[in-house]
Amino acid sequence: MKERLQELQAEALTKVEEAGSLKELNDIRVSYLGKKGPITEVLRGMGKLSAEERPVIGALANEVREAIAAEIENKQVHLEEAAIAEKLKAETIDVTLPGSPVRTGARHALTKVVEEIEDLFISMGYTVAEGPEVEKDYYNFEALNLPKGHPARDMQDSFYITEETLLRTHTSPVQARTMEKHQGKGAVKIICPGKVYRRDNDDATHSHQFMQIEGLVVDENIRMSDLKGTLDVFAKKMFGEDREIRLRPSFFPFTEPSVEMDISCKVCGGKGCSVCKGTGWIEILGAGMVHPNVLEMAGYDSKKYSGFAFGMGPERIAMLKYGVDDIRHFYTNDVRFLKQFSKHEA
Amino acid sequence: MLVSYKWLQEYVDLSGISPEELAEKITKSGIEVEGVEKKSEGLKGVVIGHVLEKEKHPEADKLNKCLVDLGQENPVQIICGAPNVDKGQKVAVATVGAVLPGNFKIKKAKLRGEESNGMICSLQELGIEPKVVAKDYSSGIFVFPSDVEVGQDALAVLGLDDAILELGLTPNRADAMSMLGVAYEVAAILGREVKWPEIKGDEGKEAASDYISVSVEAKEENPLYVAKVVKDIKIGPSPLWMQTLLMNSGIRPHNNVVDITNYVLLEYGQPLHAFDYDQLGSKQIVVRMASEGEKITTLDDEERTLNSGNLVITNGTEPVALAGVMGGANSEVGAETTTVLLESAYFTGGSIRRTSKEQGLRSEASSRYEKGVDPNRVRQAAERAADLLARYAGGTVLKGSVEADTLKAEPAVVSITLQKINSVLGTELVMDTVKDIFNRLQFETAVEGDEIIVTVPTRRGDITIEADLIEEVARLYGYDHLPKTLPVAEALPGGLNDYQLKRRKTRAFLEGAGLYQAITYSLTSEEKASQFALEQGEAVRLAMPMSEERSTLRLSILPQLLEALKYNLARQNDSLALYETGSVFLKTDENELPREKEHLAGAVTGLWHSQLWQGEKKYVDFYTAKGILEGLFEVLGISESVVYKAAEEDGLHPGRTAAVYLNDEKIGFVGQVHPKVQKEMDLKETYVFELSLEALLAAETTPIAYQTIPRYPSVTRDIALVVDKRVTAGELYSVIEAAGGKLLKEVSVFDLYEGDRMEDGKKSIAFSLKYFNPERTLTDEEVSKAHGKVLKAVEENTGAALRS
Repeated sequence: MKERLQELQAEALTKVEEAGSLKELNDIRVSYLGKKGPITEVLRGMGKLSAEERPVIGALANEVREAIAAEIENKQVHLEEAAIAEKLKAETIDVTLPGSPVRTGARHALTKVVEEIEDLFISMGYTVAEGPEVEKDYYNFEALNLPKGHPARDMQDSFYITEETLLRTHTSPVQARTMEKHQGKGAVKIICPGKVYRRDNDDATHSHQFMQIEGLVVDENIRMSDLKGTLDVFAKKMFGEDREIRLRPSFFPFTEPSVEMDISCKVCGGKGCSVCKGTGWIEILGAGMVHPNVLEMAGYDSKKYSGFAFGMGPERIAMLKYGVDDIRHFYTNDVRFLKQFSKHEA
Repeated sequence: MLVSYKWLQEYVDLSGISPEELAEKITKSGIEVEGVEKKSEGLKGVVIGHVLEKEKHPEADKLNKCLVDLGQENPVQIICGAPNVDKGQKVAVATVGAVLPGNFKIKKAKLRGEESNGMICSLQELGIEPKVVAKDYSSGIFVFPSDVEVGQDALAVLGLDDAILELGLTPNRADAMSMLGVAYEVAAILGREVKWPEIKGDEGKEAASDYISVSVEAKEENPLYVAKVVKDIKIGPSPLWMQTLLMNSGIRPHNNVVDITNYVLLEYGQPLHAFDYDQLGSKQIVVRMASEGEKITTLDDEERTLNSGNLVITNGTEPVALAGVMGGANSEVGAETTTVLLESAYFTGGSIRRTSKEQGLRSEASSRYEKGVDPNRVRQAAERAADLLARYAGGTVLKGSVEADTLKAEPAVVSITLQKINSVLGTELVMDTVKDIFNRLQFETAVEGDEIIVTVPTRRGDITIEADLIEEVARLYGYDHLPKTLPVAEALPGGLNDYQLKRRKTRAFLEGAGLYQAITYSLTSEEKASQFALEQGEAVRLAMPMSEERSTLRLSILPQLLEALKYNLARQNDSLALYETGSVFLKTDENELPREKEHLAGAVTGLWHSQLWQGEKKYVDFYTAKGILEGLFEVLGISESVVYKAAEEDGLHPGRTAAVYLNDEKIGFVGQVHPKVQKEMDLKETYVFELSLEALLAAETTPIAYQTIPRYPSVTRDIALVVDKRVTAGELYSVIEAAGGKLLKEVSVFDLYEGDRMEDGKKSIAFSLKYFNPERTLTDEEVSKAHGKVLKAVEENTGAALRS
């Protein structure tokens, strides 16, 4: 009987070994370990054995049973793993196919530039002031030291609505309004973005509607060196730490002294190239010390208060920053253009 | 203003300073030099030739065969097509191997069988602008004076080797509209002297006053009039050096008299006019305002009708010149002129600007008067011109001049303290530095303690107040030397206000939702201006629009946004989602500002979502547009206060439009563009919204307050209701929400069926209802009780039947 049991064990283990599927394995389990299986049968024949032999064979039979069961268990784990692997293999997809698109829109390039400038000056303690796009002649010109008949009014040919109202030609009236609100007292520190309008035929470099962003600081003891320092911070943050600025004398009716600010050309590093027209410098903005007449008209005592102002065109900055070659792109809203400004910039 | 480097050297020593260096220095200290041009750059091989022989080309009528002496051993044969070429002329010859503008290389050639060894050139062929070429030579070659040496470099003879600085003058720097003015500026920059032209002042025996009398009626507009008379004039070309300087300065040479007045205009900045004395028709000059409707034919042969705002020079009866703008044709200097009346006057800017603008006529003279000339150069310029007329036009200058003078030309005296200069600039300059700067400018100074008193010459009329002096100091001290500081002041908190923050949030949401921000024009046509207007009102129209298309301020953003869609559709960009925030304008009272309101508009068309290779496609529909708004309202925290009501709006689909109400106030709409409009504009199915952004952002929102996360499970029950088609989801929502009681937390539609399997006029709409008690787990009975109430209410109030 002992031999029979050993035979059965060997036989069963070979079958388990050869089993190719979970079903086969189960069949083996039923056929060897089931109630009608050969081991049970062997145990049934134990009555014929002597009292000494019985526990020995009994123990052996149990050992055989356990050995087979353990092997089946073992095999089962293997087969299951194989089955899963098989299933997963069948589920393989092409991971290089495109993913499900998530819609993304984008901010307009001009808004991007404006917000970047706003945020920069906000971090320096400025607030954002806005005003109407249709203005009174008084705020657009007179309060800015441009009385009627002033030759410099020609510089900004305007869209008049009536004799006294027009589409603002710059965002400076917001400065005049803000100063007026202060009634001659206290500091002003504002940045004024907005749309402005001039009588220009639209072409690659002109637009009858465009954006402007201006800054104004009024307080006691504001110096021109403060303007230079502020513009230097702006230029470096906006265009890169390695940029240099240069102030050139200029003329604006509402500032005296007036300057224009250039930044060193990024393309050639100041050596001169086609981008900077050989000068090594690129004109960015106009600025100056607020003209005493402008302060006085807004109610400030120009002996006690002084201020600086600066103004620039987001279109020009966007054109320089992104290399846009035609100002009209900003207003035709071609999605192939708009899409290009969605990503974050370093 | 074009400044010849060579010419400038006559007034200020430029040794050791190249044109480029000079340009850089001028730019940095006050006047932008927009360019430095050397016309001869890149050109070579053009010499003075002498035409020895000329005969017709045997094979070509329009060509001539010339034998030209180039100052070499043998003269060469050149074929020339210019009609005015002739034997004996001195001409510019581009020799074989020469390079002309446009990198045009001259080679030996055969023209109709005849050899040609070079080209006889017109001035235009040498790169001179046609508008400055004298009329005699406008369609032919240029003929040099006979005393020009053969074989010389013709480019140098023509002054093309000169460097021309182009100054971009701001309106305040009228003083630099002359060579002497520029010389003062350069002298100040370099710390050198200004050299004035020498005036001999030879005069004949006769007195000018015997020939002419001057009276000025319009004294305010013309406070100073100086007349001189020059006799025995022989009209002819001016010297070549003068012609080339004029051409280099952008002025066309005419004859010696006219050229001299222009030369002195450029030199002194003082406009001059020469009348043909014999054509004046009287012996008097009367300056007065024109009478209404009075006529004058100006030198450009235009007959002009005048009004009482125009200043005229008359002979006592009729106008002979439009003062300060242009002379009259009746007294023009011509070939026969022998006696010249020279006018040098001070006209005030206002009347000249007005006349020039009204007549659409700008001249070298008017542009100087408009900005203001130096009253102290009026006489000097007259003397200088008379002297040149004597020298180069054979004239005899009559004794003295005839004047009408009521002008007070006192120099301005402005004083400032050193402390003020330093506190404005943020510098620590000492008095000597400041004084030196003013002295370099040739301003007289007197120092009293901390104060410097500056006497500003009349040529610098732009300097009247302290700030002007500060600017002079700053620019000549150099902005490069200015320190960089930051304002020392009480620290103010910067930031955006609530409205600005919410507007940014609105933009960010819409962009996150897949919309691109557009910016369109505020000006549109009168017709488009009021389309899709949220609020009916009168549009604001420009007084003088440039075109009808941009004549009126918009009342709504949508028309322009739809234009943008159209533009994109025409370029195969067919799935689009755009939004814009911007102002619209409603007219109020005349001379009052319009009511300006900020709007938000959006437009979507084409595919909203697609994954091509999976075959998934979703086109935009009404609910896409509405969904965008719902998301936005959620983010803005106002969704609880918004209600949509079916509505009809002009330009929108009558069955697919909702008005949007915020706290019972209509703030906008969302809907489908009317198919008729869609067709007119070549659009595809398009859904749009336009809202008052101001109303949207002004709405009060409740602060965020945390609510405990539920600890107990909720129970969901679904119901499918069969109702009449006219019953809206909105109505069902309100009934369900009202009947559900405290336990009902969420209601949502999850199915809608209107297909064939429904009875006519009915639809099935299925809701999912979520019940929940924050305090404990709900029992089945509690839910059933609440749910039962809902079912009953729906049946009773809407006639709905539960679908089995």
